[in-house]
Amino acid sequence: MRMNVTETRPFIKQISEASGQDVASCYQCGKCTAGCPVAEHMDFVPNAVHRMIQYGDRSILGSSAIWLCVGCETCAVRCPNDIATSAVLDALKREAAEKGVRSREKSVIALHKSFLAGVQKRGRMHELSLILGIRLKSGGLFNDMKLGIEMFRRGKLSLFPKKIKNKRMLRNLFEKARRRT
Amino acid sequence: MNLSYYPGCSLQGSSSEYDITTRAVCAALGIELMELEDWICCGASSGHSLDEVLHIALPAQNLKIAAEKDLDLLVPCAACYNRLKAARHALETREEVRDKMRDVIDYDGRKSPAVLNMIELLQERVGLDRLRTEIKIPLKGLKVACYYGCLLVRPPDVTCFDHPEHPQSMETVVEAMGGESVRWSHTAECCGGSLSLVHGGIVRSLVDRIIESAQEAGAQAVVSLCPLCFENLDMRQTKKFPVFYLTELLGLALGIKDFGHWIKKHFQDPSPLMDSLRLTP
Repeated sequence: MRMNVTETRPFIKQISEASGQDVASCYQCGKCTAGCPVAEHMDFVPNAVHRMIQYGDRSILGSSAIWLCVGCETCAVRCPNDIATSAVLDALKREAAEKGVRSREKSVIALHKSFLAGVQKRGRMHELSLILGIRLKSGGLFNDMKLGIEMFRRGKLSLFPKKIKNKRMLRNLFEKARRRT
Repeated sequence: MNLSYYPGCSLQGSSSEYDITTRAVCAALGIELMELEDWICCGASSGHSLDEVLHIALPAQNLKIAAEKDLDLLVPCAACYNRLKAARHALETREEVRDKMRDVIDYDGRKSPAVLNMIELLQERVGLDRLRTEIKIPLKGLKVACYYGCLLVRPPDVTCFDHPEHPQSMETVVEAMGGESVRWSHTAECCGGSLSLVHGGIVRSLVDRIIESAQEAGAQAVVSLCPLCFENLDMRQTKKFPVFYLTELLGLALGIKDFGHWIKKHFQDPSPLMDSLRLTP
């Protein structure tokens, strides 16, 4: 890969600042990847993600890796350079979502977007609405249908969402948060 | 003892048994729980994945509500506990966060309550010596694998609870209840969390490894304090291995009357195990 300092610096600077992590200090020991529960399903393993940021390769924003990270923080606990890889991946997720970068992990993106849309609407997460929201956005409406029926039978899925009373507070919070982002 | 109480969204839905057993156990121990008025969702992993302001503002709004009451805050859900502690930590340590939150929710962390999980409540506030005296039906013969998952113990500078990879506090609670715990390898491994909703296959393989590890260590069941972990372990495993919330076992040990409603909510039927140990409620 061709390395060009002027090309490289803006991206690593941006992600380091957004995550509060010193991405440049990664020397590829691979401990983050060794402890990652989902590394085997990623297109780029966590230490490779750091390397790509160091190279200034923005194509990492379209990877599956960033969306498969579940935030277990094992990488953060084990890194000899105190990089919280999970925080770096969160910064990449936010940048990718903001720029509308496509990824094959559209169902994970749908999950997070539907989750926050539900909270914005009701103040609380409602599981059935969330599941329907994800399936409508990303397909597979009948995935896990059997599981859903079993959950319902056991009284684990409520049909009707609960809402908070103070809608004005919620509206203010979301509006002001958007302005400060 | 009075405490503020934040149930969180999962405890109002798929994990209602965790809510009901937490309330019952607290009542039996003389702890009055006052549910926070008009609490909102903590934002969970979607908050910090997508929004750098909301992921603090949502949990911090609940700290703000709790601060008005001047009581410590019990948060049984490990995911909510993690987010509320993260917001508290950010408000405490970062001026720019305080500045943003003053603007977004008119709160800068003043009188922010202590945030407690169930183990902290039992160890630090109730005390294990007193807990031992309250046990009516010791869980004799029951061998469990205490499963912490990620969010109670990581990141350690945020949760400030036990050890990030080798926690041992739940074991002391189980022993106080008259049960035994095993030493095992997967106590703080990840269950796959919210990926369950979109990648059931990945979660199934993670969960089966956790269950296998518990079985190999000689446990008869896994004990959890997290609704996400519990649902993944109970619903996605292929091993027919019982999973409990700590509060379910504690309620049995405290001898709470009519304490069996939660059994039918479990996918993996714990009745044969409980019958064999004469622990059936």
